[in-house]
Amino acid sequence: MARKLLLEHINVPGINTLDVYRQKGGYRAVEKALKTLTPDEVVEEVKKSGLRGRGGAGFPTGMKWSFLAKPEGVARYLVCNADESEPGTFKDRYLMTYIPHALIEGMIVSSFALGANTSYIYVRGEMMPQIRILEKAIAEAKNAGLLGKNILGSGYDLELYVQPGGGAYICGEETALLESLEGKRGNPRIKPPFPAIAGLYGCPTVVNNVESIAAVVPIINDGGDEYAKIGIGRSTGTKLISASGNLVKPGVYEIELGLPVEEFIYSDEYCGGIANGKRLKATVAGGSSVPILPANLTLKLANGEPRLMSYESLSEGGFATGTMLGSGGFIAFDEDQCIVRNTWNFSRFYHHESCGQCSPCREGTGWMEKVLHRLEYGHGKMSDIDLLVDVSKKIEGNTICPLGDAAAWPVASAIRHFRDEFEWHVKEPVKSLDTNYGLANYAEPIAKAEVTTGD
Amino acid sequence: MLKVEQQQPVEFSSALIAKFDEIVKRYPEGKQKSALLPILHEVQAELGWLSNTAMDKVADYLNILPIEVYEVASFYSMYFLKPQGKYMLEVCRTGPCCLVGAEKLMNHIEHRLGVKEGEVTGDGLFSWRGVECLAACGYAPVLQIGPEYTFYENLNEQKVDELIEDLRKR
Repeated sequence: MARKLLLEHINVPGINTLDVYRQKGGYRAVEKALKTLTPDEVVEEVKKSGLRGRGGAGFPTGMKWSFLAKPEGVARYLVCNADESEPGTFKDRYLMTYIPHALIEGMIVSSFALGANTSYIYVRGEMMPQIRILEKAIAEAKNAGLLGKNILGSGYDLELYVQPGGGAYICGEETALLESLEGKRGNPRIKPPFPAIAGLYGCPTVVNNVESIAAVVPIINDGGDEYAKIGIGRSTGTKLISASGNLVKPGVYEIELGLPVEEFIYSDEYCGGIANGKRLKATVAGGSSVPILPANLTLKLANGEPRLMSYESLSEGGFATGTMLGSGGFIAFDEDQCIVRNTWNFSRFYHHESCGQCSPCREGTGWMEKVLHRLEYGHGKMSDIDLLVDVSKKIEGNTICPLGDAAAWPVASAIRHFRDEFEWHVKEPVKSLDTNYGLANYAEPIAKAEVTTGD
Repeated sequence: MLKVEQQQPVEFSSALIAKFDEIVKRYPEGKQKSALLPILHEVQAELGWLSNTAMDKVADYLNILPIEVYEVASFYSMYFLKPQGKYMLEVCRTGPCCLVGAEKLMNHIEHRLGVKEGEVTGDGLFSWRGVECLAACGYAPVLQIGPEYTFYENLNEQKVDELIEDLRKR
């Protein structure tokens, strides 16, 4: 069994309450940090842990913290990014629903490390039930003296608030999130200045994902060095993976980074294989924004070695044969799924969610959606396929925030790996309306992979 | 495009104002505009949608310009700028949900309720629309109903029929 750091007690009845959470060792990290460590020592442990941002970008958390400006007499803020909206990703919802105190404990320790006395958890507006859960847990923590003035007699004060969003994917981008938290439209800001210098209300601010903040708890409890022993290479620790699509057991799994992708998909400990006895056609390994990969490249690197669930292994081969770990939103497509239709669906998503600030993204996403729509519905031309590649290239890298890249990559990668299927939609406009191209040669059908697990 | 709908006068109850006061306290002095999104959620939960008069009153309360409220209300997808059915069924229509039948489910709902996306049933009880990823892909297909945003997971046609019957009886 793999080690569980975040979800170890997830099935304990009542773990969402303060009492049970404490019985299971909860809030030890707060005691340890506030009573025995200095803020800088907490930052040092997080640096040693090698923890990388779990929201998608994978930037080292400890390094992000060390960039925080600390001018005299200016407030500093920690803002938790709980605007989980990346298609395929639902781990933060899971964590906040079932073990809310893990996030609150992480927020207290992290705020202490950064010297923030007011912190916010920005939760996407649709998660009203989770907002209520967090508010209840915050009230419990406050009653127990874990929040508010002079926490546990340490002299450290912290107020923690939950802020609802309004339903906008773009607010998962940290500067758009800060704009939204200031009561504005979620338009990303031009960087620099980075939030570490001028963030919320122009003050130095750190924005971290829910899972990153929750991971600070085991890091402080066991030490950064212990955490760094888990995983592989620069992918340290455990990661929550949201598994969805055509799987026997979709859901949230905590894995040790470095787990073979094949074991993750097919072993009974995790997803249990492809649903309804079908075969795997393709996967999107890290949320809808990362490149889609055919089954063969999902399971193995181009050189034939097994691909692992880690930042490095998933991106091995660059975009030619690789993808990214991203947010850990793992979507599996079975042999009956249409790649053109799915690419159109994702394009519609990015068009809908583009904030409209930069013209390459505002216009380009709509253009791609339109062209993909006509390909899917039998009105496409052969030249449309290259047109899509051209438009995607002109969006990529030409926008203020990464939404433009996120919209371009799924389209470019789908055409890179599944061009036959796009061409087939042009050649067979009628047939493609009610038949699927199915598993083509490039997907190298894998009947049922043999899984070998250690003892 | 923000269209001007009916301009009936709106009164905020004292209980609602008390909630606003509570929300504003979360932010530093002078940063009360941060309360805008949560306050708009409260107003919509109470009134069902955001009329211009309601938004103007929010602007008054927060001491900001009306346009600052309109631009926010029209940017975010959760705010309704025209009246909706009492129960707005919001079905996730993004990739992972579509892999397991969300499109079929939306067709079924359209049939069942007899109204197109965004329209309100004759009795004023229901409307429905497709929305983008609700971050529940492992329990797909899913839908949510405001203002509590109750979640309904692992749906099929039969479950949706039962849900609609249930809501009708309330």
